[in-house]
Formats: sequence, C-alpha cells, structure tokens
Amino acid sequence: MFPAAFDYIRAHSAEEALAALAQHGAEARILAGGQSLIPAMRLRLARPAVLVDLGGVKDLGYLREEGGDLRVGAMTRDVTLERDANVRARYSLLTDTGAVIADPVVRCLGTVVGSLCHGDPSGDWGAAALASRAVMVARSASGERLIPIDEFLVDSFQTSLEEGELAVEVRFPTPDGRTHGSYQKIERKVGDYATAAAAVQITLGDDGRVTHAGVALTAAGPRPVRVDAAEKLLLGQLLTEDVIRAASEEARIVSDPFADTRGSVEYKKDMARVLVARGLRASAARLGTGVTA
Amino acid sequence: MTATDTTDTTLRTVTLNVNGQTLHQQVEPRTLLAYALRDAGLKGTHVGCDTSSCGCCVVLLDGDTPAKSCTMFAVQAEGHQITTVEGLGGPGNLHPLQQAFWDQHGLQCGYCTPGMLMTAKAMLEHNPDPTDQEVREFLSGNLCRCTGYNNIVKAVQQAARVMRDEAQAQALAGMVPGTDPSTGTAGGGAQ
Repeated sequence: MFPAAFDYIRAHSAEEALAALAQHGAEARILAGGQSLIPAMRLRLARPAVLVDLGGVKDLGYLREEGGDLRVGAMTRDVTLERDANVRARYSLLTDTGAVIADPVVRCLGTVVGSLCHGDPSGDWGAAALASRAVMVARSASGERLIPIDEFLVDSFQTSLEEGELAVEVRFPTPDGRTHGSYQKIERKVGDYATAAAAVQITLGDDGRVTHAGVALTAAGPRPVRVDAAEKLLLGQLLTEDVIRAASEEARIVSDPFADTRGSVEYKKDMARVLVARGLRASAARLGTGVTA
Repeated sequence: MTATDTTDTTLRTVTLNVNGQTLHQQVEPRTLLAYALRDAGLKGTHVGCDTSSCGCCVVLLDGDTPAKSCTMFAVQAEGHQITTVEGLGGPGNLHPLQQAFWDQHGLQCGYCTPGMLMTAKAMLEHNPDPTDQEVREFLSGNLCRCTGYNNIVKAVQQAARVMRDEAQAQALAGMVPGTDPSTGTAGGGAQ
C-alpha cells in the first residue's frame, strides 16, 4: 500500500515546474492536490519516477473572473469554489458539482485542474466542464495554448497535454443572467464514485427558448460523454416535459457504462436518462421557468 | 514499510512544524504524512482504511484545512503548520471538542475520534454555528462504526456552543481576535 519509490521535486513557480518536466519527460507527473494521484500510486496503478509538486506555487491558486470566463488556477482547491459567494450565486452547475465530489475533507485538498488532468471518466469535473464548454490553458516553454475541453479529454486517464506541457488553468465561461445549470449524481455513499451522473447547462432567450445547451455524462464511457443529440434537440425549444423527455432519452442511448457493483449497464443507462431529465428540470426552475406539460 | 521492489529509497530529512514544535524526520519521498507523524511518536493520528475513505488520519494544515494524512506525502507538508490531535488538548486541558465528545458519548472504541475531532475543528473555523445537517455533511468523509453518529453531532454542537461563548468572552475581555486558545500558537506565520 506504499507507492513505488519516486524522486520528489518541489516547484516554486510554473517555470520551475516546466523546467522539471523538460528534464524528466514522460517519467514525471505533476502533483497538485494529490487526492486522485496518491491513491492511484498507492494501488500501484500509477508509478511515476518523478513527482513535480505544485504545492509551493502560490500564484497558481487563484480564482477570478476575467475576459468573460471564470479562471481557475492549477492549485485552486475544490473548496475554494465551494465557498466563493460569486460562484455560488452565478455558477450553479459548478456549485452543484463541487458539493458532491468525494467528501468535504478531500475537497479541501483536491483541485479542479488536477481532477481534469487525471482524466478519470468517473471524475465529476469532466462532465461539468463539457456542459459548460470549458477551455484548458496549457503552458510550455514555447508559450500557452488553449485547448477546448472536448479535445482535452481524450480517453480514460488520458488527456491531450503533450510532453513538457503544464495545465495551468481551466476557464469556465461566465454564465449570463439567462444561463443556469445543474449537476445530478447518484452515489452509493459519500466518497464513492458516481453510479451515474449528469451535467446540464441551459441558456434561454427572451422568448424562453433554448439558445445554448450543454449536456454531459459522468461514468458513461471511456471519457466524460457529451450528449450531442440532446444538445441539438434542445436548441430552439421551450423546456416542456415532452422536450425534456426526448432530450434525456438521448442520454440513455449514448451512455455506455460498464456493469459493476454499482449497477448493471441497463440500470446505469436509464439513470443517465433520469438524471439528465432532473438536471433540465432543475435548470428550468433556476431560470424561473416552470416546466409546462 | 515494506518496499522490496525498488531501490531508490533515498532518505531525506524533512522539517515539519507540528503542534508548534519543529520536527526533523528522516523520510523517503513516498513516506505518507500519517506514517511520518506516527514514527515521530504522535500516535494520536490513526490509520484506518489507508485509502482516503475513513478520515481517521485527518490532521490540520495551517490551522483550518483538514487533510487526510494517509493521502499526503510528508515532503508535501514542509512549510505548513500541522496540528494533530495531540495539539488540540490533553488530560487536564481538554479542548471543548474533546470535552464534548466525552460528555455526549461521542465515541465508543475511539479509533475514529482523532479524525472526527480534527475535521470538526476545521469545520468550526469556517462555520462556528452550523446546523446539524451541516455537521453531518462536513463529517461525511469520517466513518464511525460504533456510535451511529448521533452523539457525534451532539458533541460537535456542544463544542460549537462552548467555543462561541469563549470567543464572545474573549472579545469582551478585549483579547486579540483570531488567536487560538486551544493551541496557544503565537502566530508563527505560515512560511
């Protein structure tokens, strides 16, 4: 239950971390909150030869709105979003998500960017990032590049970060007043992975019709799954029960979970449907539009 | 520690600030904080599940951040002020939380208690007047197999009342707000 031996480098700046990554290449892993990586190392599912700790990089612990986005630094803990009044007031999808990750103590150390970089298809931030159309910021010796979250999340425990790149930030577009969302999750107990979970974010026009829709699933495939068909179906529609029923059915169809002690494939697929429907209804309620039959 | 499949086990000295005292411990980079603390004689920090599930090993970083010390390397803790249950209080000098767990029968076997105390301490730093539901939620990553939790919630609420009263009394007495009577730490300054 002890990790394999590794060499430890404490970075004091992003530049020091990049230098360490450049020196050690694919042997190095970045350590941020460690709440996914350390358990994986203890189970020997991960065996990095070198850990580059961002814990000492104080200037990556920010949370601020800038350029139309909420910018979350690589060392910003889950709990920071959870306790931020502005996030709680305006970012309903992120607030919902942040409240159900692991347990409160784990959320005091776990980071948003670290979770996305871990690339676990059962991690909650992935679907939330898809539904809100987040963008990752990757820094390397040659500068920074922006990576849309759909391109970032490649496969199970695999992202599109290249060797020598450091994810320094994730950007969540700031919702306007006509945007709300919801994260719905079924878990057997606090701290367990999701049996099924769904992230939803909706923007309504003045006429009450959907102008933007984000729908994504957790633990429903090798990576967090965007439900394209549901998003397309929602566009231009009023949020009626018929529309919600049809959109959520698309989630059942596209969900591709595996059976385990949490449930059968059929059950999990149906829960994807149920949770998307609940998320849409919750979003509609937050937008002040009752769902009409 | 058993590690026979690797050779790179270079020991290094970490300097840990624990309960206001400076400890120099010989550790490998992979040594987990819980084990480094226990090796230093601080056996109040318990290892239960060893998989970040049970919360028996919770310690505080910099006064108000709870951390499962089985899921943190000792080398990461350098530069932080660590508080273990030994720093909370002891016989003859119980912290209000410890007294409340005693009064309310908030423990039976006691194995989970250090983690419960430290997690509750962290919560009360941010939320001195929680609802029962908030107590239950914040302690949801701490498992107790004995009590059924009701008495733990009662204990945390008793301690919260006592601590609010103490804070009020201190404010009235013109003491500096923000100092921590439980640890007696005189600032020290994180990093």
